Amino acid sequence: MKKPLSFRRKAINAIMFSATGVCTVLSIGVLFFILGFLLIQGGKFLSWNFFTKLPAPVGEAGGGMANAIVGSGKILLLATLVGVPIGFLAGVFLAEYGHAAFSSVVRFVTDLLNGVPSIVMGIFAYTLIVLRMKHFSAFAGGVALGIMMIPIALRSTDEFLRAVPASLREGAMALGAAKWKSIVTVIIPAAINGIMSGMMLNLARVAGETAPLLFTALSNQFWSPGWNQPTASLPVMIYTYAIAPYPDWHRQAWAAGFILLAMVFIVNITARTIVASGMSNKSRL
Amino acid sequence: MAQFNSKNIAMILLVAAVFLVAPALCSAQTLMNGAGATFPYPIYSKWFSEYRKLHPEVQINYQSIGSGGGIKQVTEGTVDFGATDGPMNDEQLREFQKKQNSGVLHFPTVLGAVVVTYNIPGVTESLNLTPEAISGIFLGKITKWNDPALVSANAKVKLPDADIVVVHRSDGSGTSYCWTDYLSKVSDEWKTKVGKGTSVNWPVGIGGKGNEGVSGQVKQTASSIGYVELIYAVQNNLPYANVKNAAGVFVKPDLSTTTAAAAGAAKEMPEDFRVSITNSPGRGAYPIATFTWLLIPEKIQDPAKQKALTDFLRWMLSSGQEMTEALSYARLPKEVVAKEKKAIDKVK
Amino acid sequence: MKAAIVIGPDARPSRRASGIIGLLRRTLNMDRFAYGLVSGCAACIILLTVLLAYELWANSALSRMKFGWHFFFTNTWDPIAGQFGALPFIYGTVTTTVLALLLAIPLGVGAAIFLAELAPPRISDAMTFLIELLAAVPSVIIGLIGIFVLIPILQRIVPVLKSVIGFLPIFSGPFYGVSIFSAGVVLAFMILPFIISISREVLLSAPRDLREAALALGATKWESTWQVVIPFARTGIIGSIFLAMARALGETMAVTMVIGNSPKIMASLLAPGYSIASVIANEFTEATGDLYLSALVELALVLFCLTIVINGAARLLILMTEKKGGR
Repeated sequence: MKKPLSFRRKAINAIMFSATGVCTVLSIGVLFFILGFLLIQGGKFLSWNFFTKLPAPVGEAGGGMANAIVGSGKILLLATLVGVPIGFLAGVFLAEYGHAAFSSVVRFVTDLLNGVPSIVMGIFAYTLIVLRMKHFSAFAGGVALGIMMIPIALRSTDEFLRAVPASLREGAMALGAAKWKSIVTVIIPAAINGIMSGMMLNLARVAGETAPLLFTALSNQFWSPGWNQPTASLPVMIYTYAIAPYPDWHRQAWAAGFILLAMVFIVNITARTIVASGMSNKSRL
Repeated sequence: MAQFNSKNIAMILLVAAVFLVAPALCSAQTLMNGAGATFPYPIYSKWFSEYRKLHPEVQINYQSIGSGGGIKQVTEGTVDFGATDGPMNDEQLREFQKKQNSGVLHFPTVLGAVVVTYNIPGVTESLNLTPEAISGIFLGKITKWNDPALVSANAKVKLPDADIVVVHRSDGSGTSYCWTDYLSKVSDEWKTKVGKGTSVNWPVGIGGKGNEGVSGQVKQTASSIGYVELIYAVQNNLPYANVKNAAGVFVKPDLSTTTAAAAGAAKEMPEDFRVSITNSPGRGAYPIATFTWLLIPEKIQDPAKQKALTDFLRWMLSSGQEMTEALSYARLPKEVVAKEKKAIDKVK
Repeated sequence: MKAAIVIGPDARPSRRASGIIGLLRRTLNMDRFAYGLVSGCAACIILLTVLLAYELWANSALSRMKFGWHFFFTNTWDPIAGQFGALPFIYGTVTTTVLALLLAIPLGVGAAIFLAELAPPRISDAMTFLIELLAAVPSVIIGLIGIFVLIPILQRIVPVLKSVIGFLPIFSGPFYGVSIFSAGVVLAFMILPFIISISREVLLSAPRDLREAALALGATKWESTWQVVIPFARTGIIGSIFLAMARALGETMAVTMVIGNSPKIMASLLAPGYSIASVIANEFTEATGDLYLSALVELALVLFCLTIVINGAARLLILMTEKKGGR
């Protein structure tokens, strides 16, 4: 005998779940709102000038962000070279070697480092590198961002390596491979999809960081050769141009925002698809 | 997927090495970095851009981070020269000497006017502002546009019954130094309550970063008032006020009144060029004007940089001065230029 | 394709013995080298973090010694007089964070419930993917939208709001666009994806039998969710809120662009304010004088400690929930 549900309870059920549906729609709405604006405003103002010219003197039109695009590229390259190896190798340590006590200290400390606000990292890089070298430089900017990349590089390496099935590990050992060799030739390749995607997400996150660059790479109205000079970068230019009054600068800020967001989204989507396809591959194993 | 054999690893290392080294090899230029005041940024960015066209082997990168930043970074030695519209005080000079083992020289570059700009819906005329009105607004005592103190000097203007939004600088600013210097001279209350400096404890208002930030803020915020260098108001089509000077005349800020402000100082310019020209006595003098200076260390280690900087200074004093008026900065008085040319020799 | 894997007793010469790795293999004990390398990197990270903490501590010494605990209760920030107090910035940081949480928690937990309980798995995954993309948007771009899109919108909405609740002191006074309120809204945008994504995972980790038991006893789906699943996942959801809080505290660019940069404590949310991260961003490169710089570094130290504590608490809470679910 089923007791009929009271109208009140059914109503509450319907209302509350509709409310949560509204919440979801609103949340996704925020994303599309931001995307939409950048697409329209940014896309409108992209131009040949933007990609090829250097910034013009204040108040003059026709400038571009060629040096900022290249500058961002250089800083990110250096950040990857600094952050990825350290994070990756330490992740290998945690997953494959590791002592109970030392490992937990490393994990704890990495979590700490991960939570450090980017502006504090900027201060760190300023006192560590800029003051000692007596120079604002792309190098200092790259190192600041690189240090920010370490915790996530470590965590994704650690997680994906540990997810490799024991059977693979044991198989390699059974065939007589030395430990390091089994790691390099069997275990890492098995986890490589996840690790690569983790690194890509990491890079995308760090690509948008502005605060650390304010104190390290400063900016540059010209090309910045080498690693020892201040260099322009997309996020810093967006900030500088957005708070200024010149409409031409505003247009360039939108265009730069579009490029930056496009790059971040493309990397994000690629990274997540790699993981998804890798996972479906594994389930077929 | 890629295999971890030695050939692949060697290739990757080689490519990375090329990327790392190549850029450094491409520079046979003298690269210099300066940072500081936002006040003269429009003319500096023009100068350095033009200078580079004339001398492609010298690249001078100037970043406008505020006068406070200019003083700090040149003292730390992270930039080759600084720029400020608020001259360094004795304590800052001592700190420079301590940290850099050398003195620092002030080189005036242009004269500029700090104008009072505003964004009042419906008002496009230039308001007449007295020192009492300005200090009252910035002290937070005059809070509405139709306050009697403002209406009395602006009978022909319809001032609304709206709150005044004060915009000041959030960063360390030479423009703020000039502004607070002026206010300290015309208002005892300001002098005791707030004082003068590049970074003060503002009684009211919101902060904008740089001259750019303040003009941006005023432009975006209805019923606001702020202080910026003349060119920022001009380039952004913002109205600016006529200010009553020490002689009692309402003076419009422009090239001639700015130059008049420096008339007295030009003749009595001290050796180190540190001088304040606010509230100058002349009839045609705009009261909120200032020199702006480049901060050049006396001893420069790198001979290439020393030569490049001194060459630039000489160019600035001759050809550079031709470009200032197009951007609403006044040229340096002749006497000052002559004195500076001699002072360049002090840079070793 | 030449095999890169050489498995077998190393005594047998292989075709790859020539080459960098072959050379290394002959001269080094690779296993020990590998171990040294990876553990060295791990130690490196510990060193870096210790160095960071040390630099923050050492460079703030002047300010700590001069002001002591009063630093946290003083309301002035006066570089000329050399008087520095953290209260306005703590107030700004806390208020914007609380406002952001108030806006983001109902929205976020609501959406997480929908995605975990109601939506079919494929739609749920797709929508979560999109929401996690929102988390990837850089702070400066949100600031850009904040200045040019959000503030004009708020300038139309706030007068309407004020006509309704303008009598409350927190909604009094003129609205200039840049304000604590705008900063709170912008922060809400940024922490929303974290709350949704983590809460959803925590909700999904509740074992099926719990839900099914409730339904079997005649509860509606909502009742099973609200009265059984959520209490189970409550600690984890709170953990996600803490994580969002930690993120909000350290946010610099978006907040700096819309908060108004005014180190004053006002009763109204519509007034401009200042946050710890913003004042550091604006004034660090120009802090002349060692005391000024040291005060800014002390603020950074405060931020550092706050984020450590909150992050730590967050992870603990999330861990506790996932353990409960037997994941």
